[in-house]
Amino acid sequence: MMKVTFLLNGETVEVDTPATQTLLDWLRNTRGLTGTKEGCNEGDCGACSVVVTDETSKRALNACILFLPQLHGKSVRTIEGISGPNSELHPVQTAMVDHHGSQCGFCTPGFIASMAAGHANGHKDHDDMLAGNLCRCTGYAPIIRAAQAAETEAVPVWMKEEKAPAGPAPFAPETLDALCAWYAANPDATVIAGATDVGLWVTKQLRTLDQVVFLNRCMDLQKITETADTITFGAAVTMVDVHQTLKIYHPSYAEMVRRYGSEQVRGAATIGGNIGNGSPIGDNPPALIALGATLHLRHGAATRSIPLQDFFIAYGKQDRAKGELITGITIPKSAPNLRVYKLSKRFDQDISAVCGGFNVTVLDGKVQSAVIAFGGMAGTPARATTVENALIGQPWTQQTVQAALPAFATDYTPMSDMRASAAYRCEAAQNMLLRYFAELSGQATSVLEVQP
Amino acid sequence: MSAHKSLPHDAAPLHVTGQARYIDDIPTPANTLHLAFGTSEIASGKITAINLDKVRAATGVIAVFTADDLPFANDVSPSAHDEPLLATGEVHYLGQPIFMIAATSHLAARKAAMLGEIKIDARTPILTIEDALAADSRFEDGPRIWTKGDVDAALGNAKHRLQGEIDMGGQEHFYLEGQAALVFPQEGGDMVVHSSTQHPTEIQHKVAEAVGLPMHAVRCEVRRMGGGFGGKESQGNALAVGCAIAARATGRPCKMRYDRDDDMMITGKRHDFRISYDIGFNDKGVLAAVDFTQMTRCGWALDLSIPVADRAMLHADNAYLLDAVRITSHRLKTNTQSATAYRGFGGPQGVLGIERVMDHIAAHLGLDPIQVRQANYYAHMSKATKTNTTPYGMKVNDFILQEMTEALLKTADYAARRRAVDAWNADNPILKKGLGFSPVKFGISFTLTHLNQAGALVHVYQDGSIHLNHGGTEMGQGLFQKVAQVAASRFGVSMDAIKITATDTAKVPNTSATAASSGTDLNGMAVQNACDMIIARIAEIVAQTHGGTARDVTFADGNVTTGKTTLTFAQAAMLAYTNRVSLSATGFYKTPDLAWDRIKGQGQPFFYFAQGAALTEVVIDTLTGENRILRCDILHDAGSSLNPDLDIGQIEGGYVQGAGWLTTEELVWDDKGNLKTHAPSTYKIPACSDRPRVFNVALWDAPNPANTVYRSKAVGEPPFMHGISALLAISDAVASCGDIYPSLDAPATPERILAAVNTVRG
Repeated sequence: MMKVTFLLNGETVEVDTPATQTLLDWLRNTRGLTGTKEGCNEGDCGACSVVVTDETSKRALNACILFLPQLHGKSVRTIEGISGPNSELHPVQTAMVDHHGSQCGFCTPGFIASMAAGHANGHKDHDDMLAGNLCRCTGYAPIIRAAQAAETEAVPVWMKEEKAPAGPAPFAPETLDALCAWYAANPDATVIAGATDVGLWVTKQLRTLDQVVFLNRCMDLQKITETADTITFGAAVTMVDVHQTLKIYHPSYAEMVRRYGSEQVRGAATIGGNIGNGSPIGDNPPALIALGATLHLRHGAATRSIPLQDFFIAYGKQDRAKGELITGITIPKSAPNLRVYKLSKRFDQDISAVCGGFNVTVLDGKVQSAVIAFGGMAGTPARATTVENALIGQPWTQQTVQAALPAFATDYTPMSDMRASAAYRCEAAQNMLLRYFAELSGQATSVLEVQP
Repeated sequence: MSAHKSLPHDAAPLHVTGQARYIDDIPTPANTLHLAFGTSEIASGKITAINLDKVRAATGVIAVFTADDLPFANDVSPSAHDEPLLATGEVHYLGQPIFMIAATSHLAARKAAMLGEIKIDARTPILTIEDALAADSRFEDGPRIWTKGDVDAALGNAKHRLQGEIDMGGQEHFYLEGQAALVFPQEGGDMVVHSSTQHPTEIQHKVAEAVGLPMHAVRCEVRRMGGGFGGKESQGNALAVGCAIAARATGRPCKMRYDRDDDMMITGKRHDFRISYDIGFNDKGVLAAVDFTQMTRCGWALDLSIPVADRAMLHADNAYLLDAVRITSHRLKTNTQSATAYRGFGGPQGVLGIERVMDHIAAHLGLDPIQVRQANYYAHMSKATKTNTTPYGMKVNDFILQEMTEALLKTADYAARRRAVDAWNADNPILKKGLGFSPVKFGISFTLTHLNQAGALVHVYQDGSIHLNHGGTEMGQGLFQKVAQVAASRFGVSMDAIKITATDTAKVPNTSATAASSGTDLNGMAVQNACDMIIARIAEIVAQTHGGTARDVTFADGNVTTGKTTLTFAQAAMLAYTNRVSLSATGFYKTPDLAWDRIKGQGQPFFYFAQGAALTEVVIDTLTGENRILRCDILHDAGSSLNPDLDIGQIEGGYVQGAGWLTTEELVWDDKGNLKTHAPSTYKIPACSDRPRVFNVALWDAPNPANTVYRSKAVGEPPFMHGISALLAISDAVASCGDIYPSLDAPATPERILAAVNTVRG
């Protein structure tokens, strides 16, 4: 059991909780706050969205895969607290009524939470803010009209949170030294960062996690450090924050991250978690490998750094010792030819069938270097070395690119599953190289940029 | 008057504050039990052993049930009594409930459900259309065939002839609130059931059978559903019956709600179809003959597959006059979830068949697809002769798509945009745009004629406040508000005088499902009938007391007026009460003029047709198959709309849901019959940014020629079919890549689109 303190709708609560108690179940079953709904219990529908505030941010998160210890020292505002203390409606609530933004109403509290968070942050990119909230009734048009209508309204005073009281929490070390020492001594523990993956072990696989440690209090892991040429993301930097930095230096990678999970998922998920879980369909690794990223690890006091591509050994197997922690990842600031392509059935909040990272440099018309990496094409994120070799040293032309396409068959033997067939994955991967060439040549290649 | 006003959904203020209560939000006593099913991991086979020792020993488990433990009927079928609550000896699909747990928490029940040890002697499952045809595995004795004219002769004589085929996938409802039921056992064995159902009477009926009591011992109440879309017409039976059985056995309240993955693995979905066609036509694209073969996978149990497949046949013509047509319908039995009602109920599948035909003809002749459609339309209502008949012999005398089409093409600027799209495509080698047009003519009424009835219960209290109840259920469509607008208009009072109350089988008995788009048509009329009875009584006493004649008493603006005397409605109600006049009435309505023989395929199954047309513009990427809806223009006929904004909400939502069916939403089963897309992580309904960038929806505001409530038209299902225009637009974009017809199947995922691009390029 863990002692957790946070603010719930402005009131301090102290709970003695099992490590993997989800906020959603606790709200509904223990607190009787049934306004927050369970739609999927896996973070994909947003019906359980709540607003979570800490010192640096206010964001909508999925309560169904948020464990109570992750909230220590934070403030939670549920649908019951988004209206004012005297039942005054929040501007987004008023707008949703006026614009017919609810029909069955079941998804509505989650939408309101996401809209209230977006409203408080001054966001006007409503499609992105609401990509993680599914509605089956309205077709979304009236919800967007409501979000737009509320843009100019002031943020209600009750949305401002007091600082949540919170003492030290033994389950969440506050320094990297303490964390690494603890983890080295307890190497069988499960490390929980955003819980967007581990959450499903609990809610879907119904697993019991005996020993856990939470990263959310370790500020050392949440830093973004820049040098003249590099950026280093701490392992526990969330994808929302990664996205903000990428927008400055790597717009194509940032555009992929815009579609990565949803606002709620990006607000919880960390870049280290996405690497550490070793998934062959994680979206960061192909982009990071294409950038030549360096991964930093630490075991007790011992640190090491390796090229990210070497971290992925085989499906389910990574170069990480028991008790060793991923601490960060470093990428170059400049890679003007980096392009990242994410292919999925739905643009937003969908796991990639294929995700490709391309980074080709051309000098005097010839390919000087080429790094191409894919997710979804093998048991790990993997480079297309045969394709790269077919390009390097050749003139950067359509002919060269065409000639390199058969090399994909050497590099990859993907599988068929519910997301795509092997044949489609192969063809799409090849065609992404054609797209890459076309895009660098200035052709229109993105359906997302076409206007009606 | 409240009718025809765009009032917000009655529960909108409750929705946006989280106060709207769904089944799982109802406060329950501490001793409430929570249920879960243990399900089959095999799609077809004989159960040889069930060992539930570990289940019984699991933490929190209070009771465990198998088929042998059920006291009375073991059946949750809405039709043929072929759907046991818990499997009896055989399993018929992967996901079928075999045993049921009642535990002290939802989580404890789910955990225990994983511990069952079931041995099954597996057979090779029948999964595909091919499997079913090879095994002659079907419902009914053979295919249902309806014919009009001499099809073979007309095909033989036609100048042009084409054959083709389209596969269209099923669709998961993905109501945001999963299936749920809560049962409170009462004294004497009676049961009070709270269910997230479109069909409270069916729940009452199945629960009564399961606990061996008459229907009068069971009361079912439904305040609202968190979405239904047809998925809660019959699929809630298992949960309500399960809870009632467990409540009877334990004496404790019982609740069951499916986890999302369980919901998707257990419950039925939209029927997938393969429609093949053999057609003959002239140089203008006018059809001389059509021979359709519709094949659908119904899954393992009958459920509602017969009326669904019938409705697909009934909409094989969509908006087009067919002089010679044969429709052959195979209802195939497969070892998959039992396909069920889903918005449109087979209609969208039938419509897509002939819309594909229209595009195929246009491509073959090099004509504009809209022109071909216009050439094939039924005659306009002003020119309808007795030959303007459907394939099933019903005269079409309310057809208005000629002027609706013209109006839409004008407001959507079709001609200029067609040219612009062609020019854009000439300039862009990788990205291609496309335009798709589809009309819809949708028949309104239940095809099982006796279902076209409804009841209402209206009370006026002595303070003039009004309690409204009827047999329809609220699933988000705004039915309660629209019907309340009818009541307020009858009584001439403001909306706040009306209290909308939960649907309740003890208030209005023998209700039909809220389905077939009929909710407002039927229940609005029943409420009107009840209101008018009370109004007549009040008018009588007001005229007696204050002079004038009853029929001249008016009810408007919150007042009741006779001659020069005006009373408030509350004063009039008090007057009636003190004079011992009944202020409560039951209303009733049955749809007139229906006659239907489904075996012959002849008669008048529908009261009228709702119509509309849509134009969609898309862009596709010919390297990956990615695609996006850029713009959609819809003109839709809701008659004299009872509530224009709520109706537009149905149209916008219906379009996006329909487009989702045909684009991103793909159900994938593996070769063991295991549904691999059983959660929103793998099954992708449209997200926010998938809606059209430009989305223009307008109502065709003309009174329904048929005598419906305030001359409005049903609006639940018909707009779903506007989504077909999105598929046709994608097909148009693909077609711009070459000379071969794309024959694009649905859902048009990026993978299918890329394959079609390759086909077209030859």
